Amino acid sequence: MSPGLSLRTRGILLYLAMAALLLGVGFVQSWTVALTILNLCLISAVMSLGVNMQWGYAGLFNAGIMGFAALGGIGVVLTSMPPVRGALAAGGVNLGLAALFVILTVVAALVVRRRVPSYLRGPVGLLVVLAGYFLMRIFLDPASEAIEAIDPASAGYLGGLNLPVLLGWLVGGVFAAGAAWLVGKVSLGLRSDYLAIATLGIAEIILAILKNENWLTRGVKNVTGLPRPIPVERDLQTMPWIADLASRFGSDVITTAGIVSRLAYALLFTIVLLLILWLAERALHSPWGRMMRAIRDNRDAAEAMGKDVTRRHLHVFVLGSAVVGIAGAMLVTLDGQFTPGSYNPLRYTFLIWVMVIVGGSGNNWGAVLGGFLIWYVWVMAEPFGSSIMSTLTAGMTPGSFWQQHLVAAGPHIRFLLMGLILLLVLRFAPQGLIPERSARK
Amino acid sequence: MENLLNAFVLLSNFVLVPAIAYGSQLALGALGVTLIYAVLRFSNFAHGDLMALGTTAVILATWGLQAAGIGLGVLPTALLALPVGILAAAVLVLLTDRWVYRFYRRQRSDPVIFVIASVGVMFIYNALTRFVIGTDERRFEDGARFVIRAGDFREMTGLAEGLAIRTSQVITVVVMLVSVAFVFWFLQKTRTGKAMRAYSDNEDLALLSGINPDRVVLITWIIAAALATIAGTLYGLDKSFRPFTYFQLLLPIFAAAIVGGVGQPLGAIVGGFIIAFSEVMVTYAYKGFLGYLLPEAWQPEGLVQMLGTDYKFAVSFIILVVVLLVRPTGIFRGRVI
Repeated sequence: MSPGLSLRTRGILLYLAMAALLLGVGFVQSWTVALTILNLCLISAVMSLGVNMQWGYAGLFNAGIMGFAALGGIGVVLTSMPPVRGALAAGGVNLGLAALFVILTVVAALVVRRRVPSYLRGPVGLLVVLAGYFLMRIFLDPASEAIEAIDPASAGYLGGLNLPVLLGWLVGGVFAAGAAWLVGKVSLGLRSDYLAIATLGIAEIILAILKNENWLTRGVKNVTGLPRPIPVERDLQTMPWIADLASRFGSDVITTAGIVSRLAYALLFTIVLLLILWLAERALHSPWGRMMRAIRDNRDAAEAMGKDVTRRHLHVFVLGSAVVGIAGAMLVTLDGQFTPGSYNPLRYTFLIWVMVIVGGSGNNWGAVLGGFLIWYVWVMAEPFGSSIMSTLTAGMTPGSFWQQHLVAAGPHIRFLLMGLILLLVLRFAPQGLIPERSARK
Repeated sequence: MENLLNAFVLLSNFVLVPAIAYGSQLALGALGVTLIYAVLRFSNFAHGDLMALGTTAVILATWGLQAAGIGLGVLPTALLALPVGILAAAVLVLLTDRWVYRFYRRQRSDPVIFVIASVGVMFIYNALTRFVIGTDERRFEDGARFVIRAGDFREMTGLAEGLAIRTSQVITVVVMLVSVAFVFWFLQKTRTGKAMRAYSDNEDLALLSGINPDRVVLITWIIAAALATIAGTLYGLDKSFRPFTYFQLLLPIFAAAIVGGVGQPLGAIVGGFIIAFSEVMVTYAYKGFLGYLLPEAWQPEGLVQMLGTDYKFAVSFIILVVVLLVRPTGIFRGRVI
């Protein structure tokens, strides 16, 4: 980038280049592929916006993005799936009692914290929590057994509330926010990387719960057939206006229906992205945003001005995680299924970090661009790596050890690429593609 | 009396022995993390993948030795291959330090920048492991599998319960003791070790008294790489080698380091055993154990298991949270930034 370019021009040029990349896929491969990539780009951009709030506004390192995204996913399942008939009757009472004991345990623990003298607090607190846990298990175990016994091949879980799926996105955001509040409460205000390690842990635990509490989530049996906000492609194919559109563009009905459905998702995701982007920009340029940046850049000075740093950090951490949760909810809606087994930290946590760092920490437009670009590179790198390897090994004897080994390594090139991109940007352009605007320049 | 003995043997077989082995592996991992923290002052997220990569080198060398017909008899060949793995890991981390971390050290960057850089390094190590050995599970254990078999133990003692001790478990403990003894001797008695401690305590004062920081950093990386390779190899021998499980070990290892007090070598060892014992004890089903101890009328109906084994990572996390709430500095008063 030439230094003479203003930040705005540079941003516009980069966005145009990104659009050209996506259009290129459309012209060279197919529009269905281009739109599929675009939809995931949009979701990545929302996730990256959420992480940028935490990192860019406040300098918080969240290593558990995967967990918050998965919570968003379960939010959709619990809101929008139809309830399983008889599940509540089978285990409802016991579940209610288990929930009651959870609440009682929390209340008792709080009472212990307030009322018991400090030298007894540890042992008494431990005893209360253990007792509450076992009482809860007495009711939870039969409940989960009863619920999982109902039609295990197709149900075996509670099901959802049969509410609109878009409401599920909000619920997903709320779930993620709740988990973030708990983690943040414990680990913020301590050493900076305690938050990183605590979030790494909570993500593993959230995934463990989602995989194993079958009565709630069906676990690794997956929940498929999530309701869609847009008619399914199969229904679209039978609609007359699709056939009309297909004949007008000289294409077949199946392709046209695919494109129309993907376009509709893209529109929906764009609306969400723009809404969150608008709110984030408003927040960043409000007194609140200036305060956040002041805390990030000089914590001590902000504290001296009477700002409650830990509290502010907790706010922004919860907000950012909620946005990640919404993105996670959008993702399962797009897939139409919730598969707890498919979440892995490199793809769902650390890839998002590459997006934020590459895009430009602290700049929302940068984070969005980073989300687009890095998702694009991530998707394209797999076939690209394979084709490079098959070109390189073209001269070798087919089936020889090295030839086979190198070809098998092809798809893994993208991990190397992501690491290199992250390290190179961090070293040579730490501000990212679209740097944060600072008032002084 | 016999019931009591049976109960003890049962507990030893399923809790004590596995937890001691697992604790040794965690302790070695946590020692590496804590040393890097003490000297370089950041939490190394790439440590799990470094363990995987070091182990990969060991496995390749083991295969080479096996192909050449060289072995250690009853002991696994991997022990002989260990120096090769350590060398490979050391070269790797030194190159990484030269190309990645040194720049930020000279800039005196924020610790969190180091952490993000270590995420980039993690991606690269992960890719290298995938290139070299792929993503499949590998077994490289050879030699005698057991020191004592459950059946032999039963015959020997006439008890109903058997105690099995695997060779890999004994080797894990012995190698851990030797490595830890060496590291402590090194830190306490040698000039370089003392320089490391001085540098960790107060960087400016250490520089003032003529300690060469580059040398301290170099030695720290070599020790950390050696510990990571040893821990990874022992874990691979004891369980099996799957590259992805090494990333998941990061959480218990970090938890161990924090519980013990970040930057405290002794704390890392203690923390490793605390985490391992809690994990195994909380996820063990005590039905059989209580069956021996309790009278007929009190026999438990369920498994008497506090948490399913799928939740073993939750145990590290809960301990971590308790430590953060009650004593954020850890048992041995580590650093707090």
